[in-house]
Amino acid sequence: MGTRTISIVENILDANDRIAQTNRELFDSTKTFAINFMASPGAGKTSVILRTVQYLKDRYRMAGVDGDVATTIDADRMAATGIPAVQINTGGTCHLDAVMLSGALPKLNLDETDLLIIENVGNLICPASFKLGSRLDVLIASVPEGDDKPYKYPKMYRGVQAMLLNKVDLLPYFDFDMDYFRKGVEVLNPGLSFFPVSAKTGEGLDAYIEWLTEQADSFLK
Amino acid sequence: MHELPFVESVLKITMEQTEQAKAKRVVGVNLVIGDLASMVDESVQFYWDIVSEGTIAEGAKLHFKRLPAVFQCKDCGTKYQLDGQHLACPKCGSTRVSIVGGDEARLESIEVE
Ligand SMILES: Nc1nc2c(ncn2[C@@H]2O[C@H](COP(=O)(O)OP(=O)(O)OP(=O)(O)O)[C@@H](O)[C@H]2O)c(=O)[nH]1
Ligand SMILES: [Mg+2]
Ligand SMILES: [Zn+2]
Repeated sequence: MGTRTISIVENILDANDRIAQTNRELFDSTKTFAINFMASPGAGKTSVILRTVQYLKDRYRMAGVDGDVATTIDADRMAATGIPAVQINTGGTCHLDAVMLSGALPKLNLDETDLLIIENVGNLICPASFKLGSRLDVLIASVPEGDDKPYKYPKMYRGVQAMLLNKVDLLPYFDFDMDYFRKGVEVLNPGLSFFPVSAKTGEGLDAYIEWLTEQADSFLK
Repeated sequence: MHELPFVESVLKITMEQTEQAKAKRVVGVNLVIGDLASMVDESVQFYWDIVSEGTIAEGAKLHFKRLPAVFQCKDCGTKYQLDGQHLACPKCGSTRVSIVGGDEARLESIEVE
């Protein structure tokens, strides 16, 4: 028997996108505003999330999902703020995907959750390809990573609705060219909401929280 | 490391397709990978060897078609490839650009017996 060629029409990511759509519909039906935070390891996802909870937990009923390769440290830190938090152990995989998220959702009471905060796995490459079904995808960059990241990882900067540049308290200690950085971001994602913040000192957080509140309120109303 | 989920999806689709086509063996797998997908051919091959072991796709040859990252200027229409330092249009300097290639990673076809 000779060799035959079978053409493939199905896209690799189609399956993920379908589940992401199912997650999205679930969030819509329970009126849950889901936010997916993505960043490289150590950029400050957990720190920003803890700040966000601190600011907003009296205003909204919040819950968290934390994707981590192995440990429960970050989920524990979220839970310590008093909100329900679920850990997704990705078992070595470097991003959350829609299936992993959908598996964790039954552990939360979404009907009683207004704001669901998702911490993706620390990684600047993969999470961009795997939609989760969240309403907002937010990228957190940080000063020590350097101002050339948009040029090296262009994909990550597309498809997000906002970007935080964290650790601005460290600007005096790094050669970080803000114009060069912002120019790169502007090319990749024109008009993107951009918030320079420091999760440590609290600088810049008000503007970010105000923006987030507007987004959440217009969904929840 | 992020090549693993990609490879797993490739294998899953390959298995579904070969079953439908009642094929006995997979001899070749044709992949199209853009430079913006940040995947290394060697890693894809490495994971493929592991996940395909014991299946009818074991030993299948992976063929890589590489697509460069291509941007196009929305103002003057110039198409250009990335050099890792500049994103703006090299001809007119515009930053109104779109990605027209290099974003993808997909399974194009499989060769079966
Ligand atoms: N100076 C400074 N340090 C910060 C700031 N935000 C976070 N850090 C520190 O950066 C380190 C990493 O912060 P995390 O919030 O754990 O970062 P993460 O992105 O959640 O890290 P992973 O989940 O491990 O990928 C910690 O030591 C924080 O104290 C900031 O605004 N300024
Ligand atoms: Mg963290
Ligand atoms: Zn141009």
